[in-house]
Amino acid sequence: MSKTLTFALMDAPFENARSTTALRLIDLAVKRGYNVNVFAYEGAVYLPFAKQAQHANAVHGRSVEEENHPLPRAWIAAIMKEAAAKGAKVDWVNCGLCVDERGAAESIEGVRRGSPADFWNFAKSSDNTLVIGTK
Amino acid sequence: MKVLNIVEAAYRGTLEEQDDTIIWICHAMKGASADIDVLLRGNAVNYAVKAQDASGLAFGDAKQTQPPKLADDLAKLKGKGVKVYVVEDALTERGIAANELIDGMDLVARRKLAKLFADYDQIWHW
Amino acid sequence: MAKYLLIESRDPFENNIVARQYDLAANLVKEANEVTLFLVQNGVLPARPGSCSSLLGNAARAGVQVLADDFSLRERGISANKLADGVTAAPLSVVIDQLAEGRKTLWH
Repeated sequence: MSKTLTFALMDAPFENARSTTALRLIDLAVKRGYNVNVFAYEGAVYLPFAKQAQHANAVHGRSVEEENHPLPRAWIAAIMKEAAAKGAKVDWVNCGLCVDERGAAESIEGVRRGSPADFWNFAKSSDNTLVIGTK
Repeated sequence: MKVLNIVEAAYRGTLEEQDDTIIWICHAMKGASADIDVLLRGNAVNYAVKAQDASGLAFGDAKQTQPPKLADDLAKLKGKGVKVYVVEDALTERGIAANELIDGMDLVARRKLAKLFADYDQIWHW
Repeated sequence: MAKYLLIESRDPFENNIVARQYDLAANLVKEANEVTLFLVQNGVLPARPGSCSSLLGNAARAGVQVLADDFSLRERGISANKLADGVTAAPLSVVIDQLAEGRKTLWH
């Protein structure tokens, strides 16, 4: 039987290396065929925000297409797609109150609203949990 | 499953959030019947200081009416049966005397943390 | 005996609490646990031989397995072949291995 890992994330995108490392870990877990639960707390509710958009970069001298700016929402969508292809699941829960405060309700498909009770239930039913706090 | 929640970062967004969001989530998890305790280390040991007062914040004529009351939040956690450990060395380093703290805090020496961790199935460092 | 994974994302040049995490790792070994200290992000900076490297060497001599994320090393131009004593480059997948193994895991 496949493993299930839970991650609690707190960092908003584009602010800190932690969000990228967290997604690298989740990607690695999914590549193994593990089920992954994510509880996105505080700024992390913006990781799957649907309105993230690429832009050109005059300093780099690149157009929108050339710049190919990373978008965490696209990384998450790709991870979810890979999970589905492997018969695994990524259950991504955005903390509802954090979403409300931040006006971050528009998320990509596959993200649901939840609460700390969801996080505790995830943790109880997983093989292990990693909390990546913010600073 | 018994979990120790470690809080180290202090006063991070507490004025905007009206609480420390990790102490808050511990309350919420306890409400969901979680078996949890809390360890304060680093600057977060200051949360146990009785004399904290964040009232009076205002911007233009918009007054904040509900300031965070971090020591109260810890006391309430304690009231729900959650142990709140505070690293004693961190208090001393910061010049905080034991009688400045709210009641019910469990002081633990830094060198004894490794032994404390053995009591928990998981340790979440927020 | 339990198994622990301490993930260290911060460095002792900027943050004086990091050295305490290395000490915690060593103290956990003294309590008869098996401990991996996995350095990631700026946490790999002391893996380049320099003024803080001895802190990692001390942890390794105390019985802590000290690993450094190979991507974080390469990102910072730190050669995986020239790391401080006691530090070994490793893929991030080690974290998933050890999480799946059920290790008590702390991220700092």
